[in-house]
Amino acid sequence: MAANQMRGKVVTITSGKGGVGKTTTTANLGVALARLDQKVVVVDTDIGLRNLDVIMGLENRIVYDLVDVVEGRSKLKQALIKHKQLPELYLIPAAQTRDKTAVSPQDMIQITNELRKEFDFIILDSPAGIERGFRNALAPADEVLIVTNPEVSAVRDADRIIGLIEAQNKGPAKLILNRVKMDMVKRGEMLSPTDVTDILAIKLIGIIPEDELVVSASNNGIPVTLNETSKAGMAYRNIARRLMGESVPFMPLESNTGFFQRLAKLFTGD
Amino acid sequence: MANFFDRMLGRNREGSASTAKQRLQFVLVHDRINLPPEKLKEMKAEILAVISKYVAVAQEEVDIALQQRDHNNLLVAEIPFSKSLVQDPDEDETPIDKFKADSDQPQTS
Repeated sequence: MAANQMRGKVVTITSGKGGVGKTTTTANLGVALARLDQKVVVVDTDIGLRNLDVIMGLENRIVYDLVDVVEGRSKLKQALIKHKQLPELYLIPAAQTRDKTAVSPQDMIQITNELRKEFDFIILDSPAGIERGFRNALAPADEVLIVTNPEVSAVRDADRIIGLIEAQNKGPAKLILNRVKMDMVKRGEMLSPTDVTDILAIKLIGIIPEDELVVSASNNGIPVTLNETSKAGMAYRNIARRLMGESVPFMPLESNTGFFQRLAKLFTGD
Repeated sequence: MANFFDRMLGRNREGSASTAKQRLQFVLVHDRINLPPEKLKEMKAEILAVISKYVAVAQEEVDIALQQRDHNNLLVAEIPFSKSLVQDPDEDETPIDKFKADSDQPQTS
């Protein structure tokens, strides 16, 4: 830990389009990294639309938030909420009653510089959009991960975000393709991971299969990566290892293959 | 054999995913340089008009299009010259007039 001091890494999770899974990704990467013995803080930068707390099951423990820290009502340490199971994982929640202008990019740089001294990873959950909130989350980033779904609107917005990230010299961003339905990809009815990386010309860091367990996990406030049986959870754990510099092969995304598909595989060999 | 199984699986090589990919590649190349397709048409017409002032161009074989190579966007133009390089001296139409007459591009922006 001593050698790591001052070297905490700021990872920003962003997307352009809303509803593609930024908050779920932030929560799961936070959990997965903490389980790899990293000291992690996840920060909800979506001021006014606080959500990371409920996804992590910490909504009842909030006393102070990010805006309290920025405006000096609370010390940074007081706003850190410890995760229930993982003692090395913390959350800084967003303010619920304010808007994005309560925080500036400079504030975020200052706060993350403080956090870098204590944590190995500082994961920023960016709001959707390309305005102030996005710029706040981007300003301190060492690494940017873009979450998208294999759908035209999400991919188009991801491309817009990639351009803005490059313009701010924060690139190259890496891509997390979320909610992939492999059976649809196989039928040619959903963009494949290769299609999406061809279009966006950025590198993949993770492919998350569609997984009903993600919804149950959100319902319970227990990130899905704590569920060993979940494929999505496994995919998040793989991303965490890649973030730590490990080379982890992409897992084969099998659909729920039926008898005929297995039979076909025998014959066609694919 | 493979086709038989493709059909049995309901796999469609020309499914909506390939349509999505083509549409995205088209729209993104325009998004990135902030030049909508209609504006590009106008620009093409102007480029051709300038070139036609100097040389005879085979209008129907012209191919000017935006392309994406990695994250670089480029305008790629293939502008073949007219096969009959010798102009008919009796023809009083200049190449540029010919182009304007042929062009069905909207003149307003």
